Amino acid sequence: MSTTLQPPSPGIEAKANYLNADYGWKSWLFTTDHKRIALLYLFSITTFFFIGGAFAVLMRIHLLSPEGMFDNDTYNKLFTMHGIIMVFFFLVPSIPATLGNFLIPMMIGSRDLAFPRINLLSWYIYIFGGIFTLMAVVRGGVDTGWTFYAPFSSTYSNTHVILAAVGVFVSGFSSILTGLNFIVTIHKMRCPGMTWSRLPLFVWAHYATALIQVLGTPVIAITLVLLGLERILHAGIFDPTLGGDPILFQHLFWFYSHPAVYIMILPGMAVMSELVACYSRKRIFGYGFVAFSSLGIAVLSFLVWGHHLFVSGQSMYASMVFSFMSMAVAVPSAIKVFNWTATMYRGSISWDTPMLYAFGFIGLFTMGGLTGLFLATMAIDVHVTDTYFVIAHFHYVMVGGMVMAYMGGLHFWFPKITGRLYPEGWAKFAALVIFVGFNLTFFPQFILGYLGMPRRYATYPEEFHLLNVMSTAGASILGVGYVIPMIYLAWAWRNGPLSPQNPWKAKGLEWEQSPTPPPTFNFDTPPIVTEPAYNYSGEVEEEAHG
Amino acid sequence: MGSFSIFPERASTSAGEVDALYGFLLLVGIGMTLLIFASVFFFAIKYRRKSDNDRPKLIHGSLPLEITWSVIPFLVMLVMFVWGTKLYFQNYTPPRQGTLDIYVTGKQWMWKMQHPTGQREINELHVPLGRPVKLILASEDVVHSFYIPAFRLKHDVVPGSYETFWFEATKLGRYRIFCAEYCGTDHSRMTGWVTVMEPAAYESWLSGGSASGSMAEQGEKLFQQYGCASCHITEAQGRGPSLRNVFGHPVVLEDGRTVMADEAYIRESIQNPNAKIVKGYPRDLMPVFQGQIDEEGLLQLVVYVKSLSPPAPAKSAVTAKDVSNPGRAK
Repeated sequence: MSTTLQPPSPGIEAKANYLNADYGWKSWLFTTDHKRIALLYLFSITTFFFIGGAFAVLMRIHLLSPEGMFDNDTYNKLFTMHGIIMVFFFLVPSIPATLGNFLIPMMIGSRDLAFPRINLLSWYIYIFGGIFTLMAVVRGGVDTGWTFYAPFSSTYSNTHVILAAVGVFVSGFSSILTGLNFIVTIHKMRCPGMTWSRLPLFVWAHYATALIQVLGTPVIAITLVLLGLERILHAGIFDPTLGGDPILFQHLFWFYSHPAVYIMILPGMAVMSELVACYSRKRIFGYGFVAFSSLGIAVLSFLVWGHHLFVSGQSMYASMVFSFMSMAVAVPSAIKVFNWTATMYRGSISWDTPMLYAFGFIGLFTMGGLTGLFLATMAIDVHVTDTYFVIAHFHYVMVGGMVMAYMGGLHFWFPKITGRLYPEGWAKFAALVIFVGFNLTFFPQFILGYLGMPRRYATYPEEFHLLNVMSTAGASILGVGYVIPMIYLAWAWRNGPLSPQNPWKAKGLEWEQSPTPPPTFNFDTPPIVTEPAYNYSGEVEEEAHG
Repeated sequence: MGSFSIFPERASTSAGEVDALYGFLLLVGIGMTLLIFASVFFFAIKYRRKSDNDRPKLIHGSLPLEITWSVIPFLVMLVMFVWGTKLYFQNYTPPRQGTLDIYVTGKQWMWKMQHPTGQREINELHVPLGRPVKLILASEDVVHSFYIPAFRLKHDVVPGSYETFWFEATKLGRYRIFCAEYCGTDHSRMTGWVTVMEPAAYESWLSGGSASGSMAEQGEKLFQQYGCASCHITEAQGRGPSLRNVFGHPVVLEDGRTVMADEAYIRESIQNPNAKIVKGYPRDLMPVFQGQIDEEGLLQLVVYVKSLSPPAPAKSAVTAKDVSNPGRAK
């Protein structure tokens, strides 16, 4: 692809942009430019991703043998810290805080978010929370599982529960502030002509995400405070010997943590809509349905938490309602998958790297979503909950779905962010390695789960050995797959060929009306929107529905 | 490893039914996955970009298609929902009568089983073939989960309440018990075996006897030891209500409610008597035993109280018309 591009005009480096506008650490650490803050997030999130990934590598090494490589306590800490770091410090902020932060103002034709300083504050809060959690790691770790179930966490565990919980508590505020900023920005900062029905679907999905962040995150904060009160002051909230109720913790925890799953996946869907449209050169099929399915997911996501409690002794009638709602939330997700697929129909489909990731997302997210139905079906859930089936299911959604979309998005907007092109051959190779490694890691875990291997087992019976070895083999491939893009993207950032303004001939303000890389205030001339989103066919019409 | 199967052994009445439902879901899941994969690949190849100047025609969308691919999946999900819910209620509602009751206590990191006749086992559970067995699950400390993959059943064991777990074994053999809810250091070693025996063999296993007498006898000893007997006089009215024929019957409370006297109610009334006051008795009459008797002792006391209410004849079982909430026993 890059060979057919126009040679960049000479002197593009000389042009002022947000990267060369200023140098020096102060210009980064005190910036209020949403693009620079996005990069601060990008580097910190990548760091956390590789820390969390290192724990995963150690876990898979441990599980190579049925008796394990390390002692049980060490393994228990490994999966706990893998979970906490990946969920709260990678998945939740990943796309919104990096790509969302960078792109939302540009996509709606604004020069920044509504509250630039709050945006910077949210990054500091995130880092502050991260420091607490890393302190818990350095000082010996936590062993409660990322779910912090009481009364184990409040009374029995003798690890650094409070430090880790404070880290999660603090980082939650970063998430709330980002969400708040997005909501206000999307409502108030759209440029002339950018009506709601012309918004890119990226923005719609981030809007839905932001709603969940603002409404859901306070509940995990409250839950962790209550946990701390019980652990430190022995207030009887969750521990029955103090007069508390352990099931209450599970309700509170999942009231946030199930919607949080959609905080993690909706931004992935946001990226998907952009990728599929651009690389099919077509308007997204059923724009209105895709836009509103994001809102549908956001609303329904708050009504399904009880499906984590089918075996906990929750009333069976309550379970029945939660089972039904959990099936219902699958419908808007299915609508999205069908619409992306239909967008490709009669398109002009490029096989560039971001689109390869999009293919991967569609396939793997479909499998992750369908296995979610197994878990929503109560009689099946009784057998497979708390087994490796669940692990496989949510890794198909989170890694197969969300991380694929994130990688696709990073490649797609890499020229926009850096002004340079990445090496296409290496990128395709890495995408393939990641796809193969991912499936080899997690597919065997579905089988392990139905065979009955419980999750969070430091040791396991001999009959599960072969499948565990397969999974570890896959993980080593997957690990390599993630390191390759790290290397060539870092290289291309300095040495890649310069990118033209719109290397993919993509639609959207960020590509069409903003220079690459963008100037500090995003647009040289105030943008105006005169056509619907994804107007790849160039038809001037305005019968957009939705 | 021998022959490789994606199904664990089937050793209970529920296992086959769960597998059948699983088979249906697999069929739907694989079908859908193939459909999506095939469409993506077909489109990706058929409509592969020929020239950088391609300008595909605009397609807005299609309301009939949107409705089709919303409604059909929804209907298929309804089938899953109804089937799964029906089976769940069946697998989670023990038969009202004729079950063999065994008492299980989970503690970090072992399973302790008590048979009514007094036998105790650790990480082993012997049960007869072809008879419904009801386990009453209690936890001494944190949340555990009692899981037998060969039966396709699991239930959390929650401190502070009793949960029930029932099954009918259909195949002789030894099957694994796992703790499925993370409970600390040796969570992965909190495992055991359930041994399914011929009923006759089970009877003779039971007749091996127990040094300390049946569970009810042990419970009676505790009943004397903790001084319960001085108020709860069995044959007459003492300071506290008589416990004869209480278990399995509705109890009218001071606040006008009626509750079913099940295992959870008895446990709660020992641990925290003020939680539910029987009509006509004052508060704070009975000392609080919270934290004084371990879960195994509590189960023995419960069995003793149970033994004071001989199994009701079939008729009265029907009149106990309240279909007690099959959910959380608390």
